Amino acid sequence: MSDHASPTATVPAGTVPAGTGADADGETATRHGARIELADVSKIYAGQEEPAVESFSMVIPAGELVCFVGPSGCGKTTTMKMVNRLIEPTSGRITMDGEDLLSLNPHELRRRIGYVIQQIGLFPHMSIADNVALVPRMLGWDKRRTAERVDELLHLVGLEPGRFRSRYPRQLSGGQQQRVGVIRALAADPPVMLMDEPFGATDPITREHLQNEFLALQRRLRKTIVFVTHDFEEALRLGDRIAVLGERSRIVQYDTPDRILAEPADDYVRSFVGGQAAIKRLGLIRAGDLDLLPAGSASLPSVRVDATLRDVLDAIVAHRAQRIAVVDSDGRVRGELDFDSLTAAADSGGAR
Amino acid sequence: MDRFLSYVGRHTDDLLQQGLEHATVVGTAIVIATVLGVALGVTTWDRPMGRAAAVATTGTFLTIPSFALLGLLIPLLGLGWTPTVVALVVYSLLPITRNTIVGLREVAPAILEAARGTGMGPTRTLLRVQLPLAWPLILTGIRVSTQLTVGIAAIAAYVAGPGLGNEIFDGLSRLGSKNAINQALAGTLGVIVLALAFDLLFFAVRRLTTPRGLRV
Repeated sequence: MSDHASPTATVPAGTVPAGTGADADGETATRHGARIELADVSKIYAGQEEPAVESFSMVIPAGELVCFVGPSGCGKTTTMKMVNRLIEPTSGRITMDGEDLLSLNPHELRRRIGYVIQQIGLFPHMSIADNVALVPRMLGWDKRRTAERVDELLHLVGLEPGRFRSRYPRQLSGGQQQRVGVIRALAADPPVMLMDEPFGATDPITREHLQNEFLALQRRLRKTIVFVTHDFEEALRLGDRIAVLGERSRIVQYDTPDRILAEPADDYVRSFVGGQAAIKRLGLIRAGDLDLLPAGSASLPSVRVDATLRDVLDAIVAHRAQRIAVVDSDGRVRGELDFDSLTAAADSGGAR
Repeated sequence: MDRFLSYVGRHTDDLLQQGLEHATVVGTAIVIATVLGVALGVTTWDRPMGRAAAVATTGTFLTIPSFALLGLLIPLLGLGWTPTVVALVVYSLLPITRNTIVGLREVAPAILEAARGTGMGPTRTLLRVQLPLAWPLILTGIRVSTQLTVGIAAIAAYVAGPGLGNEIFDGLSRLGSKNAINQALAGTLGVIVLALAFDLLFFAVRRLTTPRGLRV
């Protein structure tokens, strides 16, 4: 989907362009993510003895997508909402690229942080264009710039502006509405996005579609994203890192998906991983990321370079093949993989 | 029938004049009641005690017999337009207030959450999101109030108020004399025609002011 990046290239995380401090000054070029730091953040609701969130400290590197995973009521959503101060922390410090968020006007802060929720929450009385243009208008963008941005974003998620601009939310399917929800959050090009189970209410097929699409988008945009989910598979698929949270938002493990699968910190984390950790790890590694064996002359069953090693294993079993060819998008054979390549890759922890 | 029509023919100017006054007094009262009722709804909709009190109070107003209310207003406000408008406002409050409360409560929490999350303040949210979404229901309340007060306004002639009530009261006070019934009947039919005209107006207003996204 990304048209320029070569399949093997991993965009370095945390490439913060110069001048990220400057706001809405005519640039439509994408602003990459900002580093978020939460230090000793707690939330105690009035009238409750137990804190909902207790001294939560975490650094989220710029441009990374961090999934908060945990059971219902563990405080993961509360923690996320303290970043844009929909919930005010009782104590602690939250900074974005070093800027103290708790000293800002909360409404202005929220216009700089994209926010996507499961129920989407599009405004039914406003057209799609008006929904997307909401934050740019509040920030005082002029008409032309706003209209151009709306069209650009509609394009970005495959909704043809001419057809969708002046439609209303009720005329869109659930998946289309959620795409609009995402681009509404992206409209003013915020460095940070908060997403609360954004794909949780869609059917499994649409969900996977939205996840893949979103992942491709994020590879280009490199926003800093806090993504709350209770679906561990989703966290594996999307997260650069996963934070497994326990009660009162205690961080049980904060690591890359591969490390969480390979070395779960304790039984609690293991329970989230579930069975088949080794297979799941194969699912994190792309065929094109490995050193391929030289291609032989025999014609073999093939997978694409962007297929995961899990797909390779599937092909090995399905075709009872010793070797699988890896082809690029033009169908040219890049090399081959065998079963030993898979186990070696799993041993070395992948090349993410 | 012939005599009724010829009565109406001879008094067309009077009837139109009084119909116009009738419409004006109702319209004035409805505008004031809309401002008050929507304000009351906006300030109480998310407070259980407040909204219960608002609905109970404005509901109680409706149980006061119109004769009694108009009569009781004389020592305070005298005769004529003022007590008429005040009484009609009092009767209009319940439907408008209650529908404002219901309309605002029906706005999905997710929509308010999204509004807050995108950095809209309370005032902007109210004006750009909540009231537009509640508007069809509020408008229904205004329409019910209008129907209600078109009838009640006829009683206003009792306090020397304006409107078609004067025809009715005049006619009824001269029962037995020539044209008494015709006069009362003309006033009554005038009220009905006016009510229908208002309804037609609301039909148009509804079409013109309901956000398009809510009609699709």
